[in-house]
Amino acid sequence: METLYLLYTEVYKILFLLIPILVSVAMIVWFDRRVWGFIQRRKGPNVVGPFGLFQTLADALKYIFKEIIVPASANKAVFIIAPIITMTLALSAWAVIPLSETIVISDINVGILYIFAISSLGVYGIIMGGWASNSKYPFLGAIRSAAQMVSYEVSIGIIIINVLLCVGSLNLKDIVMAQQNLWFIIPLFPMFVIFFISALAETNRPPFDLPEAEAELVAGYQTEYSGMMYAMFWLGEYANILLLCALGSILFLGGWLSPVDLYPFNIIPGIFWMLLKILLLFFVFAIVKAIVPRYRYDQLMRLGWKIFLPFSLLYVVLTASFLVYFDLLPKGNY
Amino acid sequence: MKLNRIFKIIFLSEFVKAIIIAMKEIFKKKKTINYPFEKGKISPRFRGEHALRKYPNGEERCIACKLCEAVCPAQAITIESEERADGSRKTTRYDIDMLKCIYCGLCEESCPVDAIVQGPNFEFATETREELYYNKEKLLENGDRWETVLAQNIKLDKPYR
Repeated sequence: METLYLLYTEVYKILFLLIPILVSVAMIVWFDRRVWGFIQRRKGPNVVGPFGLFQTLADALKYIFKEIIVPASANKAVFIIAPIITMTLALSAWAVIPLSETIVISDINVGILYIFAISSLGVYGIIMGGWASNSKYPFLGAIRSAAQMVSYEVSIGIIIINVLLCVGSLNLKDIVMAQQNLWFIIPLFPMFVIFFISALAETNRPPFDLPEAEAELVAGYQTEYSGMMYAMFWLGEYANILLLCALGSILFLGGWLSPVDLYPFNIIPGIFWMLLKILLLFFVFAIVKAIVPRYRYDQLMRLGWKIFLPFSLLYVVLTASFLVYFDLLPKGNY
Repeated sequence: MKLNRIFKIIFLSEFVKAIIIAMKEIFKKKKTINYPFEKGKISPRFRGEHALRKYPNGEERCIACKLCEAVCPAQAITIESEERADGSRKTTRYDIDMLKCIYCGLCEESCPVDAIVQGPNFEFATETREELYYNKEKLLENGDRWETVLAQNIKLDKPYR
């Protein structure tokens, strides 16, 4: 009976987080398109529902009713599993993201490692999709995507080391609580910028959307996908973007903490600040999409390996020596 | 010069400038028209759906001179005519194949009596091809429906012809 109750509460918790995430992914797609349109002096989607809010819902409905075409020469099993993997991994990483002090599914001690592991696995969905399609464009797109995501994950990892040096814990809640006095964006500002740019590359957003560069690769690894399977890639991608925005706000912008610890601000529930920060980061994501041209592939690799990686390594050394010299190393339970 | 460039790259100054421009654009007036609900302004010279006009007393303007048929570069117009009992020459058949028509406006320009005109209507899409083979009846009906606008447009465009 007790296990059943436990199961019930866990499932309840998961649904309570998962459904809002899916809804907010839909909203965020709308928001993205709307901001993109506004910058180009268009109106963006504004017909379905108030301000076009239900546009994504209508699109998703359309995708559900479309036929799923599996190419004759494709590896069927892998072809079908690929979008499922992408979507599942994008959503499962949310399990450890604390939206406020109490709203988190599983508060594990190695939260950041978990997120890192899951987001590394995310490449598999894309590689499998590109490989199983058995067609030129998806294959090239998948190779590009894999190379890009792997190389930018290295610099993201080292940036996270910077933060961890200042915190002394891998727990995401501890990371937020360590920022009570000073958000890490202030001492680690260059790292925040590099994190942001790497996050763009990690989620295949412009200017790093080479895997789906339509001028060269049609639609990259998504070329052969249609109907609901395409929609799953698409939702997974946006869930990933949202995840990296949440990670950025936890690591650098103080998560659910209010910007100033004063009366009118600190009675507002933490989740409000968290969502505001995620939205703010996503807003910059959306603006970047509208203002930058696409990188060339060699430029992308050069930026990742020759500039970001050495620079963030240097910054790790700087941070570490600063902390040791001024005896500011966090006193955890080690 | 080189140092300047390096500073630009390190501090992402171009990028920040672009973000500021983008933020300004967000609050500017939008150029989009919500098409089915609002429509753009159309010039009096607009070359849309064809119409055959009539005189105020109900007599057809067309005198079957066949200038439009001759001038039509797509050969979309077919005219047959005969002499009526009162001695005037009138068309018995006036067909326009709207699928062949390239909407160049030469028929309207060649017409000596302003009979065949191209009106402001551009929303006449149909579901079958047959519906777009317009005959005299259809063209005259168009003329009756759009007469006020057509007369106004011809009046407005007169000084420039």
